[in-house]
Amino acid sequence: MASATYRLAFEQPIAHLEEQIKQLERTEPKSAEIHDAIRALKRELAETTRRVYSQLDPWETVQVARHPDRPMLTDYLNLLFDEFVELHGDKFFGDDRALRTGFSKLDRYKVLVVGHYKGKTLKERNECFFGCAHPEGYRKAMSKMRMAAKYRLPIICLIDTPGAYPGIGAEERGQAQVIAESMLEMSRLPTPIICVVIGEGGSGGALGIGVGDRVAVLQFAYYSVISPEGCAGILWKSHDYAGDAARALKLTSKYLHELGCVDDVIEEPLGAAHRDHHQMASRLKMYLLKSLRELVDLPTDKLLAARYEKFRRMGQFLEGDAAPAATANGRPKAT
Amino acid sequence: MATGNSETSGKSKAKATREKRGVPGGLWLRCEDCGETIYRKEADELMSVCPQCGYHMYLSAPARVKWVLDEGTFEEWDAELLPTDPLAFKDKKPYVERLKAEQARTGMRDAALTGTGMIRARRVAFGVTDSAFIMGSMGSVVGERLTRLIERATKENLPLIIISGSGGGARMHEGILSLMQMAKVSAALARYGQAGGLFISVLTNPTMGGVAASFASLGDLVFAEPKALIGFAGPRTIKATIRVELPEGFQTSEFLLEHGYIDRIVRRADLKSEIARAIDYCGK
Repeated sequence: MASATYRLAFEQPIAHLEEQIKQLERTEPKSAEIHDAIRALKRELAETTRRVYSQLDPWETVQVARHPDRPMLTDYLNLLFDEFVELHGDKFFGDDRALRTGFSKLDRYKVLVVGHYKGKTLKERNECFFGCAHPEGYRKAMSKMRMAAKYRLPIICLIDTPGAYPGIGAEERGQAQVIAESMLEMSRLPTPIICVVIGEGGSGGALGIGVGDRVAVLQFAYYSVISPEGCAGILWKSHDYAGDAARALKLTSKYLHELGCVDDVIEEPLGAAHRDHHQMASRLKMYLLKSLRELVDLPTDKLLAARYEKFRRMGQFLEGDAAPAATANGRPKAT
Repeated sequence: MATGNSETSGKSKAKATREKRGVPGGLWLRCEDCGETIYRKEADELMSVCPQCGYHMYLSAPARVKWVLDEGTFEEWDAELLPTDPLAFKDKKPYVERLKAEQARTGMRDAALTGTGMIRARRVAFGVTDSAFIMGSMGSVVGERLTRLIERATKENLPLIIISGSGGGARMHEGILSLMQMAKVSAALARYGQAGGLFISVLTNPTMGGVAASFASLGDLVFAEPKALIGFAGPRTIKATIRVELPEGFQTSEFLLEHGYIDRIVRRADLKSEIARAIDYCGK
């Protein structure tokens, strides 16, 4: 994968080194010293990248999750699935472009892929409202998932949305109602469901396709009850506090796992997914295959009981005069 | 999901009502709709419905219990559940302090009351969220109490009534845990429905965000009080996104009825008999 052209502010030291390497590599002929210098700089680059990415603040993580070069649904469809037979339309109102569904093959497994798409070109982005699905998107997803369950095709949901679309049409067509129904439906669909947040896990719009037997997030993805900007606007009365909100919301993979809300965190390549699409795709593929192997042969009643229990345990509260250490999910309290 | 928070009515209007909510203010109060000054005692006797214009004003969770359930029949369940601060959340004020202040102000432990009682001599499982407690938002305690309520209703084969007054949707202060309550409660409702349970969801002003996008929309029957604000995204968020004026009456009960998402608009005074009748029709 070509190195990213779009730079985030904290990536400056990385960009600087990359630039230096590029310049040296252009020098012809190369003396032994230049070869040595390039090697040293590359080592330093790896070191710097590792250091920068190991110290990311939650707000910086959100920016990585939104990076324009970050692999999206279509990249994964190209890189890790054998084919994608798109199935359009909710047979009721329209064909939402922000939520796409279709048959696909992953090694020997035939699956249904459901995923958000944010768009790459301006035209695509406008078409799919930057990945914000309308009710017809969730209705489409629900109907294809029901169909998949009928033939026990496993379902793979790739989540990447800032949130469900807030608009007049969306409200008129029952945004709240379809998301509610989608969660209810997914909680009992008699087929394995694997959900992975690949970029942005924006609240109800994400959870609307996020109820499954396995829920994972990529290392630098985020998953949150509300966007940091939205939270800042409400609690701090200004979007300028989005960074504070991002830190307060504990929306990064480490916290999500500690809080018991995701099963697994999938590690990203050095310098995050946007630097190496292929490696990211192959790691995601390994995770999906491993999960499929674990799930496909489970009897349906066991599968559904475990899915219910997983979500049933989520939440933290005190009971009676019990010690504050008691948590609903038995995991240690996040600090 | 929490997009509805704090923007449920006009900016200044919301502020004024919030200060009033849950506080036993003076002798008089002002109707939020027509502006009429009303003698508080008269309003109380009328279930906080404006005698002038019929507007349905804020009603606390205990008052809901009083007006919907037969007198003295309410038995609270899971009252011992207390909110905690799993994220060590802090905005302008630490969440722990906010919780304490809300508890002191409203006399409730969190935003929901659940339990059992009778509606015209029919035993039901009953839950209500109170918009005075952090906008009635759903965090772990609300999610857990409702889930336990639904599970018990499933086991004891009881009709389930949940009255929502949740402008806050999923509670931001508990982050992802709040979001996941939506899935948890919805999954419990799936099982309840499969077991043949009858769920009547009653929407009141306001029901937004993650509450609207979970249990509140999942009733076998969905009732709403007149002129309640109900929707997914808050009006301010929508306006900021699409940059056009919102149509008159947007996201009201009447708007939702017109678009097919509500079975009936029910006046507060009729709610009890309407619920009882629906239970009878469904043979529960």
